[in-house]
Amino acid sequence: MNNILEIKNLYKNYQTIDEEVKVLDNINIKVNKGDFLGIVGPSGAGKSTLLSIISGLEKPSSGYIVKDDDITFAYMLQTDTLMPYLTILDNCLLGLKINKKYSKEKELEVIKLLTKYGLKDYINKYPSDLSGGQKQRASLIRALCLSPDILLLDEPFSALDYQNRLNISNDIKDILKKENKSMIIVTHDLSEAISLCSKVIVLSNKPSKIKSIYRIDLDQDKDPINNRMSDEFMKYYKMIWRDLNDK
Amino acid sequence: MISNERKEYLKRIKRNKRIILISQISIIVLFLGIWELLSRLNMIDTFLLSSPTKVFNTIIDLAKSNNLFNHLFTTLKEILISFILGNIIGFTISSILYLFKTLSKILDPYLTILNSLPKVALGPLIIIVSGANTKSIIIMALLISSIISILNINTAFKSTDENRIKLLKTMNASKLQILFHVVIPSNYSQIVDSFKVNISMCFVGVIMGEFLVSKEGVGYLINYGSQVFNMNLVISGIFILIILTIGLYLLISFLERKIKK
Repeated sequence: MNNILEIKNLYKNYQTIDEEVKVLDNINIKVNKGDFLGIVGPSGAGKSTLLSIISGLEKPSSGYIVKDDDITFAYMLQTDTLMPYLTILDNCLLGLKINKKYSKEKELEVIKLLTKYGLKDYINKYPSDLSGGQKQRASLIRALCLSPDILLLDEPFSALDYQNRLNISNDIKDILKKENKSMIIVTHDLSEAISLCSKVIVLSNKPSKIKSIYRIDLDQDKDPINNRMSDEFMKYYKMIWRDLNDK
Repeated sequence: MISNERKEYLKRIKRNKRIILISQISIIVLFLGIWELLSRLNMIDTFLLSSPTKVFNTIIDLAKSNNLFNHLFTTLKEILISFILGNIIGFTISSILYLFKTLSKILDPYLTILNSLPKVALGPLIIIVSGANTKSIIIMALLISSIISILNINTAFKSTDENRIKLLKTMNASKLQILFHVVIPSNYSQIVDSFKVNISMCFVGVIMGEFLVSKEGVGYLINYGSQVFNMNLVISGIFILIILTIGLYLLISFLERKIKK
């Protein structure tokens, strides 16, 4: 498999006036092209910090992120973070404008992408006109417009109701597969991680170490909702659940 | 087809709005009516408290002699200059403070102290330094309006949704891009609110300044009236100020609606 990112001996400490808080403790992860990697762990384990370090938003205390210079990231956050004062199209063009990569041709590509994934009628509408699920889909398309190699998703569905969560996770897996992207998703929802990902990493309590890495051999062509119904899914669920709760 | 329930609902809202408007107008009519009645029945001293007809006649006399428009124009001009300058200063300094966090922390106690200081205390100093002229009036208004403007806009900027900022950082946005693409547009309504506060502050500053140094303007009119014990003039001045306030408030509300669209 084509290795596109490697996290090597990564440590992260946060400094406060009173103390030094150890958050990540010797994290080693390899990401291959096309991987859907899920990171699960207890609250406050530093899952989001890990994503921030991978994307370059934060610096590690020690250790390395090894990747080619041309490997790029895009982020999708917990809340939809669509700018309420911009239309859906302008929201999607925001990253391109900031990176000075905007052109008429790019705009047409973005419109094509929005049309392809069911948001054609909302191109000139504002985020307040969209449902929660549509907003997340628009956020995903905004991230894809930057043509990233790896998409980083930080609890992307946690603000949605259960039905929307299932539907949009289906959509997102489908879109990312079609666009041939890799993904690292941080989630506290074990079912979500198992049904979406090809690999699940379990982090321990703070300071977080990698407890175990599971290769998920569910039928990757099936959608996440159908995957949840399989016996295999339950087998992984029980295993990882036990692992998560094992002190 | 509108259902009866909806018709009833819309009718209720309309009726409610009408009741509020009628009540609001009634209060002012009642107030003026009682005041006029008390003065005609000699139950109040009209030399001290005037009467609505006397105030009305004074305003008409001022208008006829062209004085009213001169005073109005002077005051409006001073308010407008200090409003525009105050907003530019407030907005620019807030943006600089947002971009340079350490500078913001260094200046924080000074801004708080300046805000708490009664600016009228600085009046004599301003007059000595800048002279007894329009410049002093505008400086006085600016001192009052721009400090509040800086504090309000800066607080709004600081409360911008962290997730939106984080998202732009993931897009490799510079601090300046974050300011222009997220921080300013996210706070449009707070900025307009600050304009609203600013217009009242400019009013206070200009009138205060006119009390101290002016030879023209509504503030001067009120001050002159009190010096010569012409209470009709004083109360007329206050009425003109009320009308000016309403006019400027309506103008800002109109602009607010335009911007928020």
